[in-house]
Formats: sequence, C-alpha cells, structure tokens
Amino acid sequence: MIKVRLIPILLLQNGRLVRAETFSRYQVLGNPFYEAKRYNEWSVDELIYLNITRSGSYVQRSVDQVLTGMESPEATLEQVSRTCFMPLTWGGGLRSLEDIARCFELGADKITLNTAASAEPELVTQAARVFGSQAVVVSIDYRRRPDGVCGVYVRCGQEATGRSVVEWGKEVEDRGAGEILLTSIDNDGLACGYDLGLINQLAAVTSIPIIACGGVGNYGHFVSGVEAGASAVAAANIFHFKEMADRRAKRVMSKAGVNVRL
Amino acid sequence: MRIAVIEYGMGNLRSVCNAVEYLGCESVVCGTPSDLGPADAIILPGVGAFPHGMKHLRERGWPEKLEQVVLGEHKPFLGICLGMQLLATVGTEHGECMGLGWIPGRVDRLPADRFGLRLPHIGWNDVDLKGNGALYAGVESPQAFYFVHSYHFIPDDGSVVTGIADYGFGFAASVQMGNVHATQYHPEKSHKVGLVVLRNFLKTIGTTDD
Repeated sequence: MIKVRLIPILLLQNGRLVRAETFSRYQVLGNPFYEAKRYNEWSVDELIYLNITRSGSYVQRSVDQVLTGMESPEATLEQVSRTCFMPLTWGGGLRSLEDIARCFELGADKITLNTAASAEPELVTQAARVFGSQAVVVSIDYRRRPDGVCGVYVRCGQEATGRSVVEWGKEVEDRGAGEILLTSIDNDGLACGYDLGLINQLAAVTSIPIIACGGVGNYGHFVSGVEAGASAVAAANIFHFKEMADRRAKRVMSKAGVNVRL
Repeated sequence: MRIAVIEYGMGNLRSVCNAVEYLGCESVVCGTPSDLGPADAIILPGVGAFPHGMKHLRERGWPEKLEQVVLGEHKPFLGICLGMQLLATVGTEHGECMGLGWIPGRVDRLPADRFGLRLPHIGWNDVDLKGNGALYAGVESPQAFYFVHSYHFIPDDGSVVTGIADYGFGFAASVQMGNVHATQYHPEKSHKVGLVVLRNFLKTIGTTDD
C-alpha cells in the first residue's frame, strides 16, 4: 500500500540556502547544492525546492559564491537535478507555461505555483492540461485570522488575497492541480507543530493529496499531521540541524503505526 | 552504449538521461525518428495524458519507427509511466484512444474513490515481484518504488505482469514481453533500487537477437 511521504523542503534566497521563521526572518545556511546531495544520500522520499528570492540579485557576492553553475535559479535547478535520483518539485517565481516548461527541461519532476496561480487561476488549468495534474502542485500559504478563517497569502506571505484556504483549495483541485502544499505562515519556523485543524478541514473537502508544512519541531509532529489527514508531511528546518533526521523521523512515525518507507 | 530517449513533448526527460549517464551510458534525446541512429536500447518515458501522448508520437512519426526497431529488430525497449501505458491497445483517458497495441490490453482510471483513496496515486508503494522480470535480478520482493499516475494498464494476458502494486486493489506495476519492458513507476526517481532496475535493463543489451 502507498506509503506516507516525508519531504524535506529547501529554501533558496538570493542564491543561498536559508532557514526561515514566519516568512519574515531568514538565516543563511550556505550552499544550495550540497544539502540536496546530502538528502539524496539519505535516500529521502522526495524533495521540494523553493526559490523565495524577493528582490536583489540572485547571487550576492560572498565567499561561498565561488561555485560555478549557481549563478541563476535555473543553473541551481540543473545542478540539483543531476544529483537527485528522487522526485524533485521546484517552485518560486514561476509565472507562465514557458517558465514551467523550462523547469521540466532542467530536470524538475513537478512544479509548484503560488502567486501566479492566485493572480491567474487559469494558469493552473492550463498547466495541468499541458503537463498533467501529477506535475502541478499548488502551494497555499495562509494565516489564521482572529475569527478563525484561514486567509490565503501570496508573494512570500506578504500579500493577502482575500481568499479562504478551503475555497481556494477546492478551486485548484477543480482546475486540475495534482497536490496541495499547505503551509501555515503563523507556525512556520516556530516548532509548535502543524495547524492540524486546517489540514483536517481541507482534507475533508478535497480528494487530491495534501502535503502539510509549517511548524514541525519534533518527529511526533509528523505523526499528528498524518493523523489529521495529510498524505505527505513536509518540513524544512528540522532536517538542517540533525544528522539523519529523515531516518530518525521515520522510525518515530513507523513506531506510531504510520506506513513509511524505511 | 548509446541509449535513445524518445522526446515527444511529454514531460521530464532529464531525469531519465541523468540516471542513464550515471550508469555510464550515453543518453541521446531523440525528437524524431531520423535522430535515432544506431541506438543500443530505447527508452520511452513520459508523463501526461494518454491521447496527447499518442498524438505527439504520431505527429513525429514514431509508432512505425519504434515498431520496426523494437518489434522487428528486437532492440531492448523500456517504457516508463505513460511510456508503459501507451503499449496498450486502447486508453480511456479523455475518451477512448488507440495505443501502440504492442501488449494487448487497456488503460483505465484507478478506481481510487471506491477505496476511499486519493488520486493521483503519488508516492512510494511496495511492488510484489513475481519472479519473472529480467529487470529485477538482485532485487528483493516486495520493494518500494516511486509512482505518480492516475491511470493503470490492464493487460489481457496477466502473465506479462512482472510486478504488482496495491492501491486498494492490485494493479500492474511492471510488465515484460520479450525485449519490451515497462514500468508504471519511475525507476529514475526510485533511488538506488531504481538504478538497479535501470542497470538490469541496460544489461539486456546484446542478449536479444538483433
């Protein structure tokens, strides 16, 4: 039977790997290539790589930028895909079918749309038609409002769209998205666990896989995410600072009765 | 060795080329039959919808050429994902559509809703190996491979099935008929064990009568 996927997410900002907190504070971790290589060696289930560069040049000069082939997001994708014998999802800044096609040429297996999908929902429909639903992931970043409604944000969490997550999730499924990457901005980087209520709510009204993200602080949080209805559980920070975090997490999940690939 | 990877506008070929090159072979992306040249083996990858796949193959003149080289000259052939489904007689995605018809059978949507499961079927799933597949030398059963699809191939003759995966019910994860091999999963995305499957495929080169 299908196994629950555990997915590390890597964040790329101005050409460097970063860790993030509530979409507002960033800490540079360094080389965008070696971490992907390490995850491949760990034999992780899948990898999601998001370019969250907002402004400024892609490469900011520093000592670790003597690397060749890292001068653009495209070059990074190409380098990363060469070491990835696992599924690779690429996202960030994709605005058109041409941008998407380019990612597949460079070795991405799936792409993820966020801001562009919100601005032009038809892009989701077209991308699914051209590349197949299985290659189109829609990322939904959201904040929980005081009244409990979860509102969708775009532009790296900077701009409210006025949409509710539940309505938007249903719409992107109807438009042909193959998966939803659901990230709580409030919980991001705070290690407080997933926003289980919303995972549960969205899973109940959609039938495509949901990848939960945002807030994992211990391996037990992955288990809760699965129990809430996520088909796959993702995190970024927890994988950066612990050796073999993937395997340790899976042991905890397996012990809790989750069917994972060990 | 020169491995031809057929390009027909259906998804990511780079991963397949990366894996083939990692295994020490040359990969040549072939957009039209005239690019094919003296290939030692042929890989037909692809993701996407069945009718689009067939339309693009036909527009480029591939069906006749592939039949000549694979069925006529017995070159080792590997279909991956959509490349496996296109071997069927008929597909049913967006209406009925004729396939290559090399392995009689049909391609239907996975009846996931009947089992309360989600579609697409995305992720790692165990494949029970039936012990009759040349691709599985040295691979223990069951073994997890990476799948991403919503349709599955139902061959008329069940004996061509070499691996079965379970998504509410058992479906063909891989098939083999002589020099024609195919996997519904993505060996190029299935880490070390996927590379073993690909290496086993490459080892069949020279074992069939050309």
